Amino acid sequence: MGDDQAIYANVRTRAIESLLVEKGILASDAVDRVVAAYEEDIGPLNGARVVAKAWVDPDYKARLLEHATSAIGELGIAGMQGENMVALENTDEVHNVVVCTLCSCYPWPVLGLPPYWYKSNEYRARVVVEPRVVLGELGLDVDESVEVRVWDSSAEIRYMVLPERPEGTDGLSEEQLAALVSRDSMIGVARAEAA
Amino acid sequence: MTDGAISAMAGPAALPRKNGELVFKAPWEGRAFGLAVALTEAGAYDWEAFRERLIGEIDRADEDDGTHYYERWLASLERVLVESEMISTDELAERARELAAHDEHEHDHDHDHTHDHDHDHAHMTREVTT
Repeated sequence: MGDDQAIYANVRTRAIESLLVEKGILASDAVDRVVAAYEEDIGPLNGARVVAKAWVDPDYKARLLEHATSAIGELGIAGMQGENMVALENTDEVHNVVVCTLCSCYPWPVLGLPPYWYKSNEYRARVVVEPRVVLGELGLDVDESVEVRVWDSSAEIRYMVLPERPEGTDGLSEEQLAALVSRDSMIGVARAEAA
Repeated sequence: MTDGAISAMAGPAALPRKNGELVFKAPWEGRAFGLAVALTEAGAYDWEAFRERLIGEIDRADEDDGTHYYERWLASLERVLVESEMISTDELAERARELAAHDEHEHDHDHDHTHDHDHDHAHMTREVTT
Protein backbone atom coordinates (compact mmCIF):
# COMPACT_ATOMS: atom_id res chain seq x y z
CA MET A 1 0.00 0.00 0.00
CA GLY A 2 1.33 3.43 -0.91
CA ASP A 3 1.84 6.08 1.71
CA ASP A 4 -0.97 8.18 0.28
CA GLN A 5 -3.45 5.36 0.70
CA ALA A 6 -2.23 4.71 4.25
CA ILE A 7 -2.57 8.38 5.15
CA TYR A 8 -6.05 8.50 3.58
CA ALA A 9 -7.18 5.39 5.47
CA ASN A 10 -5.70 6.67 8.71
CA VAL A 11 -7.60 9.97 8.43
CA ARG A 12 -10.88 8.33 7.39
CA THR A 13 -10.72 5.89 10.30
CA ARG A 14 -10.11 8.66 12.81
CA ALA A 15 -12.87 10.78 11.26
CA ILE A 16 -15.38 7.94 11.66
CA GLU A 17 -14.40 7.31 15.26
CA SER A 18 -14.55 10.97 16.24
CA LEU A 19 -17.99 11.44 14.62
CA LEU A 20 -19.42 8.34 16.29
CA VAL A 21 -18.14 9.39 19.69
CA GLU A 22 -19.44 12.93 19.17
CA LYS A 23 -22.89 11.58 18.28
CA GLY A 24 -22.94 9.34 21.33
CA ILE A 25 -23.10 6.16 19.24
CA LEU A 26 -19.81 4.93 20.67
CA ALA A 27 -18.31 5.50 24.10
CA SER A 28 -15.01 7.34 23.85
CA ASP A 29 -13.07 4.31 25.10
CA ALA A 30 -15.06 1.65 23.20
CA VAL A 31 -12.49 1.12 20.46
CA ASP A 32 -9.62 1.21 22.95
CA ARG A 33 -11.30 -1.55 24.93
CA VAL A 34 -11.75 -3.80 21.89
CA VAL A 35 -8.19 -3.25 20.75
CA ALA A 36 -6.86 -3.85 24.27
CA ALA A 37 -8.79 -7.13 24.48
CA TYR A 38 -7.10 -8.33 21.30
CA GLU A 39 -3.79 -7.03 22.52
CA GLU A 40 -3.91 -8.69 25.91
CA ASP A 41 -6.41 -11.55 26.05
CA ILE A 42 -7.43 -12.82 22.66
CA GLY A 43 -4.95 -14.73 20.55
CA PRO A 44 -3.84 -18.18 19.47
CA LEU A 45 -2.79 -19.07 23.00
CA ASN A 46 -6.51 -19.39 23.78
CA GLY A 47 -6.88 -22.05 21.12
CA ALA A 48 -3.64 -23.70 22.23
CA ARG A 49 -5.06 -24.08 25.75
CA VAL A 50 -8.17 -25.71 24.30
CA VAL A 51 -6.12 -28.15 22.23
CA ALA A 52 -3.78 -29.07 25.09
CA LYS A 53 -6.70 -29.75 27.41
CA ALA A 54 -8.35 -31.95 24.78
CA TRP A 55 -5.10 -33.91 24.43
CA VAL A 56 -4.85 -34.70 28.15
CA ASP A 57 -8.54 -34.97 29.07
CA PRO A 58 -10.64 -37.40 26.97
CA ASP A 59 -13.90 -36.20 28.53
CA TYR A 60 -13.09 -32.62 27.61
CA LYS A 61 -12.14 -33.69 24.10
CA ALA A 62 -15.51 -35.44 23.73
CA ARG A 63 -17.31 -32.29 24.86
CA LEU A 64 -15.20 -30.15 22.50
CA LEU A 65 -16.06 -32.29 19.49
CA GLU A 66 -19.70 -32.48 20.52
CA HIS A 67 -20.28 -28.81 21.29
CA ALA A 68 -17.18 -26.67 20.86
CA THR A 69 -18.71 -23.32 21.81
CA SER A 70 -19.57 -24.43 25.34
CA ALA A 71 -16.38 -26.50 25.79
CA ILE A 72 -14.30 -23.47 24.81
CA GLY A 73 -16.47 -21.38 27.14
CA GLU A 74 -15.47 -23.69 30.02
CA LEU A 75 -12.00 -22.14 29.76
CA GLY A 76 -13.45 -18.64 30.02
CA ILE A 77 -13.14 -17.92 26.30
CA ALA A 78 -16.21 -16.27 24.78
CA GLY A 79 -17.26 -15.40 21.24
CA MET A 80 -17.57 -11.90 19.88
CA GLN A 81 -20.56 -12.06 17.55
CA GLY A 82 -22.38 -15.02 19.02
CA GLU A 83 -21.04 -17.32 16.32
CA ASN A 84 -20.85 -21.05 16.94
CA MET A 85 -17.52 -22.79 17.09
CA VAL A 86 -16.98 -26.26 15.67
CA ALA A 87 -13.81 -28.25 16.43
CA LEU A 88 -12.53 -30.64 13.76
CA GLU A 89 -10.30 -33.51 14.84
CA ASN A 90 -7.31 -34.47 12.73
CA THR A 91 -6.58 -38.20 12.75
CA ASP A 92 -4.52 -40.80 10.84
CA GLU A 93 -7.33 -40.86 8.32
CA VAL A 94 -8.60 -37.29 8.06
CA HIS A 95 -6.82 -33.94 7.82
CA ASN A 96 -8.99 -30.84 8.21
CA VAL A 97 -8.20 -27.36 6.94
CA VAL A 98 -10.21 -24.16 7.41
CA VAL A 99 -10.91 -21.30 5.02
CA CYS A 100 -13.47 -18.55 4.56
CA THR A 101 -14.04 -18.21 0.84
CA LEU A 102 -16.34 -15.19 1.11
CA CYS A 103 -14.99 -12.76 3.63
CA SER A 104 -12.22 -14.24 5.74
CA CYS A 105 -14.36 -15.11 8.75
CA TYR A 106 -12.00 -16.47 11.35
CA PRO A 107 -12.34 -17.97 14.83
CA TRP A 108 -11.17 -14.82 16.63
CA PRO A 109 -11.92 -15.96 20.16
CA VAL A 110 -9.49 -18.87 19.89
CA LEU A 111 -7.01 -17.64 17.28
CA GLY A 112 -7.00 -13.86 17.55
CA LEU A 113 -6.85 -12.05 14.24
CA PRO A 114 -6.09 -13.75 10.93
CA PRO A 115 -2.72 -13.63 9.20
CA TYR A 116 -2.53 -11.90 5.84
CA TRP A 117 -2.27 -15.05 3.76
CA TYR A 118 -5.58 -16.30 5.17
CA LYS A 119 -7.27 -13.25 3.63
CA SER A 120 -5.56 -13.53 0.25
CA ASN A 121 -7.56 -14.31 -2.88
CA GLU A 122 -5.10 -17.05 -3.62
CA TYR A 123 -5.60 -18.99 -0.40
CA ARG A 124 -9.37 -18.49 -0.35
CA ALA A 125 -9.80 -19.65 -3.93
CA ARG A 126 -7.19 -22.38 -4.25
CA VAL A 127 -7.42 -24.28 -0.97
CA VAL A 128 -10.92 -25.35 -1.92
CA VAL A 129 -9.93 -26.56 -5.38
CA GLU A 130 -6.54 -28.12 -4.73
CA PRO A 131 -6.03 -28.38 -0.97
CA ARG A 132 -3.17 -30.88 -1.13
CA VAL A 133 -1.18 -28.65 -3.46
CA VAL A 134 -1.77 -25.56 -1.34
CA LEU A 135 -0.87 -27.43 1.86
CA GLY A 136 2.28 -28.71 0.16
CA GLU A 137 3.24 -25.17 -0.82
CA LEU A 138 2.74 -24.15 2.80
CA GLY A 139 5.15 -26.91 3.83
CA LEU A 140 2.69 -29.58 4.88
CA ASP A 141 2.68 -32.85 2.98
CA VAL A 142 -0.41 -34.92 3.64
CA ASP A 143 -0.11 -38.61 2.75
CA GLU A 144 -2.29 -39.80 -0.14
CA SER A 145 -3.98 -42.25 2.22
CA VAL A 146 -5.27 -39.38 4.36
CA GLU A 147 -8.51 -37.69 3.32
CA VAL A 148 -8.30 -33.88 3.23
CA ARG A 149 -11.46 -32.04 4.23
CA VAL A 150 -11.81 -28.29 3.60
CA TRP A 151 -14.26 -26.37 5.79
CA ASP A 152 -15.65 -23.05 4.64
CA SER A 153 -16.45 -20.73 7.55
CA SER A 154 -19.63 -18.70 7.60
CA ALA A 155 -21.24 -16.00 9.69
CA GLU A 156 -22.83 -18.67 11.87
CA ILE A 157 -20.07 -21.24 12.13
CA ARG A 158 -16.36 -20.80 12.70
CA TYR A 159 -14.07 -23.78 12.68
CA MET A 160 -10.91 -24.65 14.53
CA VAL A 161 -8.78 -27.71 13.92
CA LEU A 162 -7.81 -30.04 16.75
CA PRO A 163 -4.38 -31.15 15.54
CA GLU A 164 -2.90 -34.55 16.35
CA ARG A 165 -0.80 -34.72 19.49
CA PRO A 166 2.86 -35.07 18.49
CA GLU A 167 4.71 -38.32 19.27
CA GLY A 168 6.99 -38.36 22.28
CA THR A 169 5.06 -35.83 24.35
CA ASP A 170 3.64 -38.23 26.97
CA GLY A 171 5.47 -36.68 29.90
CA LEU A 172 4.55 -33.08 29.17
CA SER A 173 2.21 -30.95 31.26
CA GLU A 174 -0.84 -29.28 29.76
CA GLU A 175 1.00 -25.97 29.77
CA GLN A 176 4.03 -27.45 28.02
CA LEU A 177 1.75 -29.06 25.46
CA ALA A 178 -0.02 -25.75 24.77
CA ALA A 179 3.33 -24.26 23.77
CA LEU A 180 3.55 -26.83 20.95
CA VAL A 181 0.25 -25.76 19.38
CA SER A 182 0.82 -23.18 16.68
CA ARG A 183 -1.82 -20.96 15.18
CA ASP A 184 -1.26 -22.57 11.80
CA SER A 185 -1.87 -26.04 13.22
CA MET A 186 -5.31 -24.88 14.37
CA ILE A 187 -6.11 -23.56 10.87
CA GLY A 188 -4.96 -26.90 9.52
CA VAL A 189 -2.01 -25.75 7.41
CA ALA A 190 0.61 -27.17 9.77
CA ARG A 191 1.02 -29.93 12.34
CA ALA A 192 1.62 -29.48 16.02
CA GLU A 193 5.30 -30.37 16.44
CA ALA A 194 7.22 -31.63 19.47
CA ALA A 195 9.67 -28.97 20.60
CA MET B 1 -3.98 9.21 19.85
CA THR B 2 -2.92 5.89 21.27
CA ASP B 3 -1.18 4.64 18.20
CA GLY B 4 1.81 3.46 20.17
CA ALA B 5 -0.27 1.00 22.15
CA ILE B 6 -2.03 -0.26 19.09
CA SER B 7 1.08 -0.80 17.06
CA ALA B 8 2.34 -2.94 19.92
CA MET B 9 -0.64 -5.20 19.28
CA ALA B 10 1.09 -7.04 16.51
CA GLY B 11 3.28 -8.94 18.95
CA PRO B 12 0.81 -10.41 21.43
CA ALA B 13 -1.89 -10.91 18.79
CA ALA B 14 0.52 -12.93 16.72
CA LEU B 15 1.34 -15.40 19.48
CA PRO B 16 2.53 -18.15 19.59
CA ARG B 17 5.72 -16.42 18.69
CA LYS B 18 6.93 -18.96 16.23
CA ASN B 19 4.05 -17.72 14.09
CA GLY B 20 5.28 -14.19 14.61
CA GLU B 21 3.79 -12.09 11.84
CA LEU B 22 2.33 -8.62 11.82
CA VAL B 23 -1.43 -8.75 12.07
CA PHE B 24 -1.84 -5.02 11.53
CA LYS B 25 0.73 -3.34 9.36
CA ALA B 26 -0.38 0.15 10.41
CA PRO B 27 -2.18 1.45 13.50
CA TRP B 28 -5.26 2.55 11.54
CA GLU B 29 -5.95 -1.08 10.63
CA GLY B 30 -6.30 -2.01 14.30
CA ARG B 31 -8.46 1.06 14.82
CA ALA B 32 -10.75 0.16 11.90
CA PHE B 33 -11.02 -3.38 13.20
CA GLY B 34 -11.87 -2.15 16.70
CA LEU B 35 -14.49 0.26 15.34
CA ALA B 36 -16.45 -2.46 13.54
CA VAL B 37 -16.39 -4.74 16.57
CA ALA B 38 -17.24 -1.96 19.04
CA LEU B 39 -20.20 -0.84 16.91
CA THR B 40 -21.56 -4.38 16.93
CA GLU B 41 -21.11 -4.63 20.69
CA ALA B 42 -22.87 -1.28 21.12
CA GLY B 43 -25.79 -2.60 19.08
CA ALA B 44 -25.35 0.07 16.40
CA TYR B 45 -25.74 -2.54 13.66
CA ASP B 46 -25.88 -6.28 13.22
CA TRP B 47 -22.58 -7.91 12.41
CA GLU B 48 -24.26 -9.50 9.40
CA ALA B 49 -25.00 -6.07 7.91
CA PHE B 50 -21.31 -5.24 8.05
CA ARG B 51 -20.25 -8.67 6.82
CA GLU B 52 -22.50 -8.54 3.76
CA ARG B 53 -20.86 -5.30 2.68
CA LEU B 54 -17.42 -6.72 3.38
CA ILE B 55 -18.19 -9.67 1.11
CA GLY B 56 -19.27 -7.17 -1.55
CA GLU B 57 -16.12 -5.05 -1.22
CA ILE B 58 -13.85 -8.10 -1.36
CA ASP B 59 -15.74 -9.47 -4.32
CA ARG B 60 -15.50 -6.17 -6.19
CA ALA B 61 -11.80 -5.76 -5.46
CA ASP B 62 -9.09 -6.83 -7.84
CA GLU B 63 -6.58 -9.50 -6.97
CA ASP B 64 -5.52 -9.10 -3.37
CA ASP B 65 -2.69 -10.82 -1.54
CA GLY B 66 -4.44 -10.04 1.72
CA THR B 67 -2.48 -6.86 2.44
CA HIS B 68 -5.38 -4.62 1.38
CA TYR B 69 -7.92 -6.42 3.51
CA TYR B 70 -8.43 -3.57 5.98
CA GLU B 71 -8.99 -1.11 3.14
CA ARG B 72 -12.00 -3.27 2.15
CA TRP B 73 -12.90 -3.42 5.80
CA LEU B 74 -12.85 0.37 6.13
CA ALA B 75 -14.87 0.83 2.92
CA SER B 76 -17.50 -1.60 4.27
CA LEU B 77 -17.61 0.22 7.56
CA GLU B 78 -18.15 3.57 5.82
CA ARG B 79 -20.84 2.03 3.67
CA VAL B 80 -22.84 0.53 6.51
CA LEU B 81 -22.63 3.74 8.55
CA VAL B 82 -23.75 5.92 5.65
CA GLU B 83 -26.51 3.56 4.53
CA SER B 84 -27.91 3.33 8.06
CA GLU B 85 -27.66 7.15 8.26
CA MET B 86 -25.44 7.18 11.32
CA ILE B 87 -22.94 9.30 9.41
CA SER B 88 -23.43 11.34 6.23
CA THR B 89 -20.94 11.27 3.39
CA ASP B 90 -20.55 15.04 3.66
CA GLU B 91 -19.77 15.18 7.36
CA LEU B 92 -17.32 12.31 7.01
CA ALA B 93 -15.51 14.10 4.20
CA GLU B 94 -15.50 17.33 6.19
CA ARG B 95 -14.11 15.71 9.35
CA ALA B 96 -11.47 13.85 7.36
CA ARG B 97 -10.42 17.17 5.77
CA GLU B 98 -10.14 18.79 9.20
CA LEU B 99 -8.03 15.97 10.57
CA ALA B 100 -5.79 15.97 7.51
CA ALA B 101 -5.30 19.72 7.86
CA HIS B 102 -4.50 19.26 11.54
CA ASP B 103 -1.96 16.53 10.73
CA GLU B 104 -0.37 18.76 8.15
CA HIS B 105 0.02 21.49 10.75
CA GLU B 106 1.49 19.09 13.34
CA HIS B 107 3.76 17.74 10.71
CA ASP B 108 5.12 21.17 9.84
CA HIS B 109 5.53 21.84 13.53
CA ASP B 110 7.55 18.66 14.09
CA HIS B 111 9.54 19.40 11.05
CA ASP B 112 10.66 22.79 12.34
CA HIS B 113 11.61 21.46 15.72
CA THR B 114 13.58 18.46 14.63
CA HIS B 115 15.43 20.40 11.94
CA ASP B 116 14.79 17.37 9.87
CA HIS B 117 15.40 18.25 6.28
CA ASP B 118 14.31 14.96 4.85
CA HIS B 119 11.63 15.49 2.33
CA ASP B 120 8.01 15.05 3.41
CA HIS B 121 7.61 11.57 2.04
CA ALA B 122 10.29 10.04 4.26
CA HIS B 123 9.06 11.93 7.27
CA MET B 124 5.49 10.72 6.91
CA THR B 125 6.61 7.15 6.43
CA ARG B 126 8.30 7.21 9.79
CA GLU B 127 5.25 8.63 11.50
CA VAL B 128 2.95 6.02 10.06
CA THR B 129 5.16 3.13 11.04
CA THR B 130 6.04 4.35 14.54
